[in-house]
Amino acid sequence: MSRVETRNPDRDAPGRVIKVDALARVEGEGALYVRVRDDLIEDVKFRIFEPPRFFEALLRGRPYSDAPDITARICGICPIAYMLGASRAMEDALGVVLDAPLEDLRQLIYCGEWIESHVLHAAMLHAPDFLGMPDAFAFAKANPDAVKAALRLKKLGNTILEAVGGRAVHPVNLAVGGFYRAPKKHELQALLPEIEFGIEASATLAKAFAGFDFPDFDYDYTCVSMRSDKAYAIEEGRLVSNRGLDIPVAAFPDHFFEEHVAHSNALHGRMRDGSPYLVGPIARYNNNAGQLSPAARDLAREIGLGATVTNPFKSILVRMVETFHACEESLRIVAGYEEPERARMPIEPRAGKGSGVTEAPRGICWHSYELDDEGRIVGATIVPPTSQNQPQIEADLACVIARNLDLDDEALKWRCEQTIRNYDPCISCATHFLDLTVDRV
Amino acid sequence: MLVIGVGNRLRGDDAAGPIVAERLAEMGIAAIERDGDGTRLLETMEGADEIVIVDAMRSGAAPGTIRRIDAVREPVPAGAFHYSSHAFGVAEAIETARAIGILPARLVLYGIEGARFDFGAPVDAAVAEAIAGVVSEIVGRD
Repeated sequence: MSRVETRNPDRDAPGRVIKVDALARVEGEGALYVRVRDDLIEDVKFRIFEPPRFFEALLRGRPYSDAPDITARICGICPIAYMLGASRAMEDALGVVLDAPLEDLRQLIYCGEWIESHVLHAAMLHAPDFLGMPDAFAFAKANPDAVKAALRLKKLGNTILEAVGGRAVHPVNLAVGGFYRAPKKHELQALLPEIEFGIEASATLAKAFAGFDFPDFDYDYTCVSMRSDKAYAIEEGRLVSNRGLDIPVAAFPDHFFEEHVAHSNALHGRMRDGSPYLVGPIARYNNNAGQLSPAARDLAREIGLGATVTNPFKSILVRMVETFHACEESLRIVAGYEEPERARMPIEPRAGKGSGVTEAPRGICWHSYELDDEGRIVGATIVPPTSQNQPQIEADLACVIARNLDLDDEALKWRCEQTIRNYDPCISCATHFLDLTVDRV
Repeated sequence: MLVIGVGNRLRGDDAAGPIVAERLAEMGIAAIERDGDGTRLLETMEGADEIVIVDAMRSGAAPGTIRRIDAVREPVPAGAFHYSSHAFGVAEAIETARAIGILPARLVLYGIEGARFDFGAPVDAAVAEAIAGVVSEIVGRD
């Protein structure tokens, strides 16, 4: 729900304020404040007032093996990002390397998360923006078949999570070193018909969304993502940017930092030189599109995506290409699946430091832990994607507002909300509703 | 009949739905708890004949106010039920189900007006009374 209120903050100067008390269709609670003086933007603040939950502090003193299940609670939409980020970091600290079939199972469950998260956002929350519709169900009324297909596709994502992870929200079968139980071959084979449906449905939805009227806006982003030699990186790889950065996972703090800002409960991630950067679907696509499946590349071309995407409003298209790719990848893994000899690697607890990163649906999610001799957590740092995107969201907003000052308050508010929804921001992860205030002084 | 109690037990009066579901389940009535994820509600609604949904409400009415909506006959006011952890909540799920033609033949929504939705807040006395009231009414239906 969005409420809009116009008031004058400064009795001495003529001006106006636009205030939206709750931004709809984002995960979590946040607010936006914008001040404009003489058609110049003086201030843009994207505030997250979701209370901090101090996960990093409550991990201290717990055994290394608790980290995946505890950090999963950071988010109900993307628990796999936290479970696998934490697991990778622990495996780095403890010198554990997974058998190849276990890596495939991780890739499969991550594909499930991409599918459910991307489809929920693209079809149910984001698509209505492009049709001038205030509510998801208005879109459903106009496009019942598309919405039915989207719901079935999202359910496929959840079903993959259930088959590999034991349940769809906060799965219980993932462990440091692998899985508590490897799925039976027939359990995964049973997914094949729905995966075939998913490949077709994601292409159909991508083509339908390609017909939207996208706002004219481009930004020369610093795109930061993972890159793997093996595949379009999801849960394994190093860190790269489109400006030549290529670093091991552990070097993340040497190139990026988080700062506390007075206006938000979420930390803001920046490059060491202070500049904002982009993580998420567009960053991944721009860095790694060549590694998408051939059919996914064809789909991207068919729906009008070039080698790089610079219009953030087209993130909805990239999400659908990634969904298509995730369905194809799921097909590949399930079709070739044989039950592994062991579900989990043996682990000897020891002291050490480790870091891990994976591509959450919203972008890289970096974890770092320090363990004592008995494998208990001494220190923990988690950098979620929405924290990293916050400065870039503010930069996008400043540009979008500057170009659209001629719009009336209601229309400008709408365009700002869309700009934020491009990022599918998970505000509850980064630290629920969004306030939007535009001061025109 | 399936009763779905929607809410988050950790956020004060948002626990109303889950508590109603828990009490009914103890009495042997088919009742489940769900968070506010509308797409999961849609999956549960599809193919069902009769559903009763209980959710906390933040409409500005006095805490403990009970609102009964026959969702087959009237639209659900989105504003009253937006207090879910996700923006695609109960009202959106019901209206989407109507739009795509999967609304159960019978669907009743009980809204219980909450007072506080803070993390760790206790359930308000007026809300506790309303919870008991909704439980008796649903038992009466069954």
